[in-house]
Amino acid sequence: MAEHRLQVPLDDESVAKLKAGDRVFLTGTILTGRDTAHKRMVDLLLQGESLPFDIDGQVIYYVGPSPAKPGDVIGSAGPTTSGRMDAYTPLLIEKGLRGMIGKGSRSAEVKEAMKTHKAVYFAAIGGAGALIAKSIKKAEVIAYDELGPEAVRKLWVEDFPVIVVNDIYGNDLYEEGVKEYRRA
Amino acid sequence: MIKEGADLVVARPGAALREIDVQIVADEVARMVQEANYDLNQDVIDSLHKGLAGEESPAGQEILRQIIQNAEIAHGERVPICQDTGFAVIFMEIGQDVHFVGGSLEEAINAGVARGYTEGYLRKSILKDPLKGGNTGDNTPAIVHYDIVPGDKVKMKILPKGGGSENMSAVGMLKPADGVEGVKRFVLDRVAQAGPNPCPPIIVGVGIGGTFDKVAYLAKKAITRPVGQYHSDPDIRALEEELLSKVNDLGIGPQGLGGRTTALWLAIETHPRHIASFPVAVNIQCHAARQKDIII
Ligand code: SF4
Repeated sequence: MAEHRLQVPLDDESVAKLKAGDRVFLTGTILTGRDTAHKRMVDLLLQGESLPFDIDGQVIYYVGPSPAKPGDVIGSAGPTTSGRMDAYTPLLIEKGLRGMIGKGSRSAEVKEAMKTHKAVYFAAIGGAGALIAKSIKKAEVIAYDELGPEAVRKLWVEDFPVIVVNDIYGNDLYEEGVKEYRRA
Repeated sequence: MIKEGADLVVARPGAALREIDVQIVADEVARMVQEANYDLNQDVIDSLHKGLAGEESPAGQEILRQIIQNAEIAHGERVPICQDTGFAVIFMEIGQDVHFVGGSLEEAINAGVARGYTEGYLRKSILKDPLKGGNTGDNTPAIVHYDIVPGDKVKMKILPKGGGSENMSAVGMLKPADGVEGVKRFVLDRVAQAGPNPCPPIIVGVGIGGTFDKVAYLAKKAITRPVGQYHSDPDIRALEEELLSKVNDLGIGPQGLGGRTTALWLAIETHPRHIASFPVAVNIQCHAARQKDIII
């Protein structure tokens, strides 16, 4: 299990060296988005319109943080279940999305799109939102402010801890890890 | 026969009613929803340490260490353990000699939820209309279960229930012929299908018997039992032990990335059933197993 420190947004070279099971610390900027924001993005793209922000090379973190206390950058900010975004994800990957951070397994269509367009899926620890918030240094709402916790934010992160679940070679850590420890 | 206009309280001399102002209930609810979201109970923390000690997967060990560290940060900094601060599920055991005064009990409970979630910087996750949406803005209404019991005390248990683990729950109307083997299969299938989604390690609540509605309630009740406490019936306890060990043999492990610690605990609650029915329910609770209780 290799360990990497990577800059985000991700470039081709970084994506190519990641293997399912690797621990990664991300530094740079990532975007946030969940159910409603995803629906809006895909509706715009299907109507042939452009998005209010650039997703090319970007990493989207599926999160709906709790409100920040006065003086804090953000509240607790752990991942939400990624499967709810599966219906929208292949199109976003096709349009340049490079990485996703969430929890839980992805559909066959999403995995296929990741292989074809060279994108990766990372897991963050679900239920460790207070710890994860420590690696978020700045947060700014960049779209859909009216959605509250579901608004799209830009996050400045430092050593944000994730684990590679799906790499660009078709490996899936959820399947392989469980097989290793299963006792039937 | 009760005469019209008769004063029912005075009609039973000797049965002193204890008055409780609903404002007290509101204040306690406001405090408890915050404490539940910041402070994991010791039984759960102990079980995480126990899981860590027995975990074989290095990634699993690292995840458990981070989950424990997360609970320490939340406790020390008064921030939520998890950003999904849940649906406020509240169990009320009300002594039948209690008389609530000062307004509506349910309104007071909801006022407490609204205040606690707002003052405590907790996330508001409740949509007004299940079809049309629209956030209620203060995490109300709570889901309240009332039980009337003997005595003049009120016991409140608050359980902020996250959506991710709740979504992995299920009710099955099995056939009586499926028997105990059917129950085991149902529980294990459910946990296996849930995989990484409910943020393992999890606590599994199982309901057996009753009706369609009752069995789901039993499963929810089961997840409120302290971790480490078995059912008092030795046969049910044996089933709890067997199922917990089989759940952990699934290999799902911390966060579903493989390992020995899939579940921290498994509790079963049962109820008599109809001769033709065999309901079973599984309610899944994530490791952020937040709950507080109080006796007023
Ligand atoms: S399942 Fe539990 S730990 Fe995971 S995100 Fe939901 S509330 Fe948090």
